Parts: sequence; C-alpha cells; structure tokens
Amino acid sequence: MSTIQGAQKMSQTNPVNSLASVAAARSPHVQSQHTAGTGLEARNIHAWFGDKHVIDNVTLDFFPGTVTALIGPSGCGKSTFIRILNRMHEFIPTAAMAGEVLLEGTDIYKPGTDVTKIRLGIGMVFQKPNPFPSMTIKENVLSGLKLAQLKVSNQDELLESCLVRAGLWSEVKDRLNEYGGALSGGQQQRLCIARSLAVSPQVLLMDEPCSALDPGSTLRIEETIRELSSSMTIVIVTHNMQQAARVSDRTGFFLSDGGPGRLIECASTSEIFSNPKDKRTEDYVTGRFG
Amino acid sequence: MSTTLTQPVKPWRINFKQAWPEIVGAIAALILTYAIVNVSPLKGKLGFVVTLVFVATFVAAAVSWVRRDRKAAFNSISTVMVYIAGLFVIFPLGSILYEIIHRGIAGLSWGMFTRDMAVTASDAPLSEGGILHAVIGSLYIVALATVFSVPIGLLTSLYLTEIKGKAAGTIRFFVQAMSGIPSIVAGLFIYAIWMIALGNQYSAFAGAMALAILMIPTVARTSEEVLKLIPGDLREAGLALGGTQWRTVAMIILPAAQSGLITSVILGIARVAGETAPLLLTMGGADAVNLNPFNGNSSAIPFYVWKNFSMGTEVSIQRAWSGVLVLMIIVLIFFSLTRFLSNRKGRF
Repeated sequence: MSTIQGAQKMSQTNPVNSLASVAAARSPHVQSQHTAGTGLEARNIHAWFGDKHVIDNVTLDFFPGTVTALIGPSGCGKSTFIRILNRMHEFIPTAAMAGEVLLEGTDIYKPGTDVTKIRLGIGMVFQKPNPFPSMTIKENVLSGLKLAQLKVSNQDELLESCLVRAGLWSEVKDRLNEYGGALSGGQQQRLCIARSLAVSPQVLLMDEPCSALDPGSTLRIEETIRELSSSMTIVIVTHNMQQAARVSDRTGFFLSDGGPGRLIECASTSEIFSNPKDKRTEDYVTGRFG
Repeated sequence: MSTTLTQPVKPWRINFKQAWPEIVGAIAALILTYAIVNVSPLKGKLGFVVTLVFVATFVAAAVSWVRRDRKAAFNSISTVMVYIAGLFVIFPLGSILYEIIHRGIAGLSWGMFTRDMAVTASDAPLSEGGILHAVIGSLYIVALATVFSVPIGLLTSLYLTEIKGKAAGTIRFFVQAMSGIPSIVAGLFIYAIWMIALGNQYSAFAGAMALAILMIPTVARTSEEVLKLIPGDLREAGLALGGTQWRTVAMIILPAAQSGLITSVILGIARVAGETAPLLLTMGGADAVNLNPFNGNSSAIPFYVWKNFSMGTEVSIQRAWSGVLVLMIIVLIFFSLTRFLSNRKGRF
C-alpha cells in the first residue's frame, strides 16, 4: 500500500516527478536484460476492422524477463495490438492485419502454424475475470492442461505452484473444490492468472487486468506481475499510468489522432515518465489530456 | 455494553395504516360490481368477471389519483392490468389441471399399469384392462425421438452459435420454418417416405421419427438461445489457453450452458409427448403390449386417450381421463428428474 499512497501523495504536488520517481525506484536492471533471449517481436503491424485502419505500422520488441506496459487513451489500438500478439485478433469476423509477430524468431502468422501451440506459448489474461463457471478452483487452474490435452506427472504440485505464483494459494488452499465463481473479483482474476501459468507460457499478455478490481486486489496482482516477471515476458495494457510506472520496466505509448493508432514512443519506464522524447507523450503522462 | 437490543424491522413492509384506502377500494369495487351486474342485463359469473376487470381498474386509478397524483393513477392502472393478465393465464391452466385430476383420479389404480387392453371390451369395468401397452409405447417413442433429435438439434445450435458458418442464416430460417410444421404433416412425411416408399410396417420407431421432426427445431432454437447467453470471453479464454474450438466447446461452453440445454431438451419433449396426429399415421395403434419398437402396431398414451374417447362408453371415457392424468404424471416425473439431475452442477 505504501507505494500507492506515496505515489498519490506526491501526485498532488507534482505528477511528473512522482511517476518518474516511482518508475525510477523500480528495476534498475532493465538495460542488462535487453540482450537476454529473443522474446517476442512485433514487426510493422497494421490492423483493420473492415475498412477501418486501426493500427498503423507498429514495431515493438518485448524482452524476456521484462514487463512492458502499453499505455494510451481509449481507442488507440492497444487492446487490438495485444490480441494480435497471440492470434486472438482473428476471431473478429471483420478483422484483418499485416506484419509479422516473431516468437523466438518464427512468425506466428506463418501459414501452416499450429495456432493452439502458439496460444499455449503466449498466454492471455483478460480485462474481466472469466473463470470457467462449471469448474472448481482446482479444475480452473488445470483447465489449460485438459484443453490442450497435456500430461503432467504431478498435478497437485503444479496446482499449488501456480496458485502460489499467482498469489492466491493461502486464500484458497482449503477450498480448492469450490466453484471459481464463488471468489471475489480480485481473487477470480488471480485465478485466471494461475490458470494461464499452468501451461507454462513464455509470454503472458494482460489486457487491462486490474481495470475491474479494487485497489487492494490491484496491488496483489501488481505484486504477482513483479514476481512473475523474472521468469517470463509480460506485456500489460493499462489505462492507469501509475500502474504502468509501478510494474513495468519498459513503457510504450500509443496514440490515435482520429485515424489509426500509432506507437509514439517506447523506452524504459523511467525515461517515459521523466524524460519523454515526444511532446505528446509528455502531455499524456503529465495528465494534460487523455 | 448497551442493554437495549436493536430489533430487526422491515420498514418497507406495507402495514394496514398505509393500505386501508386500497382495501376499502377493493371492497368498494366488489360491491359496485355486484350492484352493476344486478341492475344491468349482464348476468352470471362471466358478466361479473368482465365488469370487475373494468371497475377494479377504475377504482384503483381513482384511489391512487386521490392519494397521490396522475402518475400514480396510471401506475395503478398498469399494475391492475398486469395482475389481470396473470390471472387470465393461470385460470385456464388451473381449470384444466383441476378437471383432469378431478375426472381422472377415479379410474386410477395400480392394476391398470400391469394390464393392457388386448382382451378387454369397451364397456368392461375398470377392474379389467389397463394402460400398460400405451405407457410402454409412449416411453419408446419419447426416448427414441429424444435420441434422434437431441444430437441433431444440439449440433445445429452449435453450428449457428459457435461455427457461425456461411449457411447459418439459411439454416436458422429453415429451423424456424420447421417449428411451424403442423404435426400431422410430420406424420404424413414419415408415412409417405418410411412406410409407402420404403415399404415398412407400422412401428414405434416410425412414430418416433415423426416426433423427432417436430422436436428438432424446438431443441435447436432453444439451445441456440441458451448458447448465445454464454459470455464470449469464456470462449476466448478457452482458446487463449491453447484449446481447439472443439475442446473449448466441449469442456467450457457446453458445461456452462448445461442447465439451459437440459431445459431445451425438456421443452422438446413437452412439445412431442402429447402429440397424437402423427402417431395415428405411423404407429397404427394396438391394444396389446408390443415390446418391439421396430416392428408392429403399437400404442401410446395420447393414442389410448383418443381411442377410448371415440368408443364413447361411460367406462371408456373414464379410461381416457385417467390416461390423460397418467400422461401428465409421467411427464411431470420425467421433468422433475431431469431438473434434479441438472441442478446438481448447473450454472447459468
């Protein structure tokens, strides 16, 4: 809580400095990680819904062991972009796209790719908590294994480790056979995170995971994200700039000037919040619009 | 620590002090109606009910207007109308139920479930003969019709909601058109194809096929409505976890919709359990038990009812009423059982 309160207290006096200091206080190890592994690379991504061009030429790299936050006003294409990263975009009938998304150097849109394998490697947590209503907490966590027909030697061990990593174990360890719908909103969202972790993805995409949650639950999920970040690539879309400052190592700023959304700039989070290169980024992070 | 305990109250409950104008109004409406019916040429129960509808609406509006204002008066009018509409639905149904139980119960005995009508004359006493052959026939045709139509109906609804293929619009149109088919046409269709063209005999199987034609559109349409209610983010969550479309549907969508899907099957069964016309053409009727559903004349409860009514003796009409009651009881038992089984793990 102290981080949130601190940030809020300072934000009353000077929003730029407060967010910058929050961002700077976190993760000074960013630079060293840029070269580790390959992560996920988006190359010249465009997206359309029917005739409407919604994303224009976004190229962005996501590094392993790094949390990348995507910020920007509503309707700038952040969510569409993140859905392109694990091939969820194609479920919208009018959708179209261009460009490449490279996972360990291979384009996930290459013809003949097994889409279910791609989605196993690139998990997703949605805006609204959506535990499977017909399953218990335990079944929810292990649902990915059954869906993808994966075999695991020790299910109980996996169950516990996923719930521990999602920060939910102590709250649910005595009620694993209750239905997921009986949990609070914040617990449901952590259950969804645990569910994503069970299939051990390399990348975890989070589409505004805290927008439906109270501050306490938000804090728990942010802690979870920090703990997970050492072992995977995380991309988080958020409307909450303080959240971006608190959890992310790198931040990308999207903006639409009435036309398609563009990536204005992407840099380390402390840089975006303290010393943005683009005037529009500075206006946004200081709350002058958006 | 305080010694006075706060008592729980429900301040929103309407007490007599608030309700007395309404009560007085209701009594006034009854008296006024009685007076109007007596001085006017309107006579009898029907006249009283019709007059009461108008008087009650008027009095309720007047009371609200005096106590509150014009808006409250209109609110009262709509409230009274809604209650009246509700009564109009409950009254005929309750009346039918009462009549069936009242008339049917006299002919009900355990013995009737152990005998058929093979050697029973139309005016033989109720202690002879029974309904066993019709019960067996009905169970056969309902079970077989369910086996035929539930997979087809369910897969159709999955095509419409999950696959959303190019033909979805056409199929939805035909399913809707099919639900309007008169039941005798379904019977004629099976009679023409299965019996005339293919040369098969009367059988419970043929009857079940005719019923399946009536049941498929009901199951498909209701299942479609149920599946449409399942939130899209559950589908996305399943797919995002690396499930194929089929695994997502089988593991997430169908279990989430389970309770509603069972309702759709129940509605389908309710649609066909009492059908008589298609059975006349396809099952031929019988008075003896026929344990082979695939060959030979057989009976069903609606058939039994129709046959006994048309024989016209006092005893056979009693048998018909009892047959109706038995059909209702069997359907009720079946529905309760399905509901019980589905409620053990139902969501949505």
